[in-house]
Amino acid sequence: MPAVSKGDGMRGLAVFISDIRNCKSKEAEVKRINKELANIRSKFKGDKALDGYSKKKYVCKLLFIFLLGHDIDFGHMEAVNLLSSNKYTEKQIGYLFISVLVNSNSDLIRLINNAIKNDLASRNSTFMNLALHCIANVGSREMAEAFASEIPRILVAGDTMDSVKQSAALCLLRLNRTSPDLIPMGEWTARVVHLLNDQHLGVVTAATSLIATLAQKSPDEFKTSVSLAVARLSRIVTSASIDLQDYTYYFVAAPWLSVKLLRLLQCYPPPEDAALRSRLTECLETILNKAQEPPKSKKVQHSNAKNAVLFEAIALIIHHDSEPNLLVRACNQLGQFLQHRETNLRYLALESMCTLASSEFSHEAVKTHIETVISALKTERDVSVRQRAVDLLYAMCDRSNSKQIVAEMLSYLETADYSIREEIVLKVAILAEKYAVDYTWYVDTILNLIRIAGDYVSEEVWYRVIQIVINRDDVQGYAAKTVFEALQAPACHENLVKVGGYILGEFGNLIAGDPRSSPLVQFDLLHSKFHLCSVPTRALLLSAYIKFINLFPEVKGTIQDVLRSDSQLRNADVELQQRAVEYLRLSCIASTDILATVLEEMPPFPERESSILAKLKKKKGSSKLPDLDDSRRTVNGSSEHAEDTEAVNINVNQTCRFLTEELISTDRPHPTSCSATMLPTRTMGPIHTSTDILNLNSTPSSGASLLVDVFSDMANPAPTEGSEDHFPRFVCKNNGVIYENQLLQIGLKSEYRQNLGRMYVFYGNKTSTQFLSFSTSVTSDIVLSSHLSVQAKPVDPLIEAGAQVQQILNIECVSDFSDAPVLNIQFRYGGTLQNIAVKLPVMLNKFFQPTEMASQDFFQRWKQLGAPQQEVQKIFKAQNQMDTDVAKAKLLGFGVALLDGVDPNPANFVGAGIIHTKTTQVGCLLRLEPNTQAQMYRLTLRTSKESVSQRLCELLSEQF
Amino acid sequence: MFIFMLLFSRQGKLRLQKWYVPLSDKEKKKITRELVQTVLARKPKMCSFLEWRDLKVVYKRYASLYFCCAIEDQDNELITLEIIHRYVELLDKYFGSVCELDIIFNFEKAYFILDEFLLGGEAQETSKKNVLKAIEQADLLQETKRSILKSII
Repeated sequence: MPAVSKGDGMRGLAVFISDIRNCKSKEAEVKRINKELANIRSKFKGDKALDGYSKKKYVCKLLFIFLLGHDIDFGHMEAVNLLSSNKYTEKQIGYLFISVLVNSNSDLIRLINNAIKNDLASRNSTFMNLALHCIANVGSREMAEAFASEIPRILVAGDTMDSVKQSAALCLLRLNRTSPDLIPMGEWTARVVHLLNDQHLGVVTAATSLIATLAQKSPDEFKTSVSLAVARLSRIVTSASIDLQDYTYYFVAAPWLSVKLLRLLQCYPPPEDAALRSRLTECLETILNKAQEPPKSKKVQHSNAKNAVLFEAIALIIHHDSEPNLLVRACNQLGQFLQHRETNLRYLALESMCTLASSEFSHEAVKTHIETVISALKTERDVSVRQRAVDLLYAMCDRSNSKQIVAEMLSYLETADYSIREEIVLKVAILAEKYAVDYTWYVDTILNLIRIAGDYVSEEVWYRVIQIVINRDDVQGYAAKTVFEALQAPACHENLVKVGGYILGEFGNLIAGDPRSSPLVQFDLLHSKFHLCSVPTRALLLSAYIKFINLFPEVKGTIQDVLRSDSQLRNADVELQQRAVEYLRLSCIASTDILATVLEEMPPFPERESSILAKLKKKKGSSKLPDLDDSRRTVNGSSEHAEDTEAVNINVNQTCRFLTEELISTDRPHPTSCSATMLPTRTMGPIHTSTDILNLNSTPSSGASLLVDVFSDMANPAPTEGSEDHFPRFVCKNNGVIYENQLLQIGLKSEYRQNLGRMYVFYGNKTSTQFLSFSTSVTSDIVLSSHLSVQAKPVDPLIEAGAQVQQILNIECVSDFSDAPVLNIQFRYGGTLQNIAVKLPVMLNKFFQPTEMASQDFFQRWKQLGAPQQEVQKIFKAQNQMDTDVAKAKLLGFGVALLDGVDPNPANFVGAGIIHTKTTQVGCLLRLEPNTQAQMYRLTLRTSKESVSQRLCELLSEQF
Repeated sequence: MFIFMLLFSRQGKLRLQKWYVPLSDKEKKKITRELVQTVLARKPKMCSFLEWRDLKVVYKRYASLYFCCAIEDQDNELITLEIIHRYVELLDKYFGSVCELDIIFNFEKAYFILDEFLLGGEAQETSKKNVLKAIEQADLLQETKRSILKSII
């Protein structure tokens, strides 16, 4: 038979194929093909009608050319014509062409569907099969629309031939996959389920595939298939190997059907009916038993088929996760396979055990194979098998064996295949964090990771170690010591320099007591790496240096020299240059207190999911990642799995957002999202991150503006109109509304004690729309910033309609000052960005402490402060009605104590108080003399400091 | 379910391609190129399975031809390996110890046999006898047609 059928007499086709094969070059092949295409085109266009044979031959040639990888843009019509030929081979080639070169040309689709319709109605099973194969191969929506009702009918009709039923079942399956909405369940579903009882095993095989797929989508509709499937499976596994005749494959009874039935059963939980359940358990036990029997054939096909069924049975056992006995037997069986000489079996055993490790019943049993798995990691020659071993070690890891597993993974990493290094790094990092009992182990592990596979340590990993060190003060000293030691290595990875720079910058002081790691030694060590590093790392090191200046004043000079060198100040890289300039300036201008505030230790990071875990999930797809949560899966793997994932507190979106923000905004991890660029020398209280000046945004545009800001006084954001209106009102009082427009009302409440103050700012949304991206910052000019520090706590970025949010500002008066800081507010209202700047009523008199004193004391001091520059006097016209009580209240609100009986004239007011600043205290005496007839006041102030006298006089004289 | 099946030579020449999911020609070419490269780079003793993108790839070499299938995550690798073997058996039986040339010159037959065996990415008929019977019937059909034709002439 075969010899006859070869070529089918299409001599022209055979010649053409030979020609192509004989082509010596690609060019020759293309030339030959183009020649043939031209020939075929002319034949198709020719006046002479082609006979069926020629049409078939040319269509077949086009198909061949297409399969060689060339585009075919004609011949579809001729192929469609072939469909209606009544010669079988012509029809067959037509269908093949259509199946391979699907074209969504709707005219053709209608013609094709017509031909298919005719063939389906032909009652000729060979033609029907061709038509069904075509539908199954193309599976387009148009076909689904045309045949959605016809195919189920063919499938369940009593008089349909078996082979047609098989094709119809899989045809329906394909249409259901591509257009499920067009295939409604119906009365046919029950009859489809009964195909599981069909005499013909081929029909059962095809029907099982269909049912398994449909049952996945609508399990209830196909619930009855469970008992039929169990019955069928039971008959197969207990049958003698010859019973099933041609469906026995190398002495294994119907392996394909068995696998499919076991898959179908995985759509359902264990049967509730006890008899059914025990019958299924028997089946599974029989399959497990057979694995122990001697093989009936030495052929690999025999063992493959047998083990295919076994693995599917184990998958079902794991899916049910309810029979400890079966789970442990499955685990033991897989344990045997771990040492099998067939690579394929070792691979599959490792893969399958991964899922067993997540069952509470078999987790311990899996753990007993740890040594074998570790040796697989070391000895397997195939990287894909070693990869599975890594996965399994990861899955079986728990508190009891984490140290061993992490150590083994680390040592494997030294020689691991490059393609899987990054994944191993992520896994080690996750396990080290998850099972860290003492964090010194964690720090050691991560530093080892960087040492061994620094190139594969992604940002997420080294960000994470810093987050953890920042958040856990018990490990900070150890981390500083360890990175210091690790940095001693002559060649260390750049990631280690990054981690080292960050950690020493934050916690270098913890080891500075040891002369071997004195500040200068630390600095020299870091700086010795500087020139070998990339720009982002150098930028980070510069930030570490400025932090050093704060931590260790004794190295200030050395570091300033470094910053001052041309290679920094004139660095070609704008980011490095900017940092050097700014840090140098900061270190020169700012007082130690300002430095200490600006460069304060990083606050703890908010707790959240490890970004590494998110990364691993992204890499692997979460479904494949064995669940590390201690709560093991309980009943039905797949559905429970999703909940487990939630239990580990995964919010991938959130994490992704966090990652992108981190990557965009900075090269260092930082605690919370930081939108605004921080300007160290000018910004008193960065709103979100309090002191991480290292977060300098590196976009060039903002960089340029920063430079301008540093060197000019122009850039202080000008308060918008009206924002100063209420300012004078707050000289003598602490609470009230400081700003109001149609959208927003800002209220203040403040309290002061000595040189410290706290201000509560209330932002009220007056509209019926949310304020989005609400953010604030407090800025002061360069002079003010060294005298007054304002720290702003974070504020909610969203203000609901009609709602009010509160923000706290902590204020510290360092020394006397005259200007006021500006509160900048930004938010999005109805799509437009709103900018508001309000002068904050923080004045020098707020730091008054009233002082009571007797009249002789007053006069004594008054005399002491007699120098001309200490006294400031102002005579001014009264703005308001001259009322004694009002004046008294104002003076008290101003902050001084009113002293009665000091001034001989009772109409005059005399007061005393002390201004508290961080650096000094300034005593202050005042005298206010009203002249009601002239409607004038005379105000005299005497303090030990000229600037204080001046400022207080300005403030107070405005009030009357 | 099968996603696709590729037959290619040791030189990387594609001999047969069957796609069970709709993909653009560009995607098909890209996948083919990448996968052929990956599989050809593997050493003989390595295991027959690999993770590739989010699919499982099962492959086996028969003489000069690689048979390579991509299946879904939950599919059974070993049974896929035996599907490949059964297909080889079918080709072998039909052509009489099949070789690469048979598949090159009779590619349409290779497709017809595959359609009888696998449909929509699932095994349709696993009995060797039944598949060959279907193909034989079709061949007979054309033989009779031809002989009728001859008798007319």
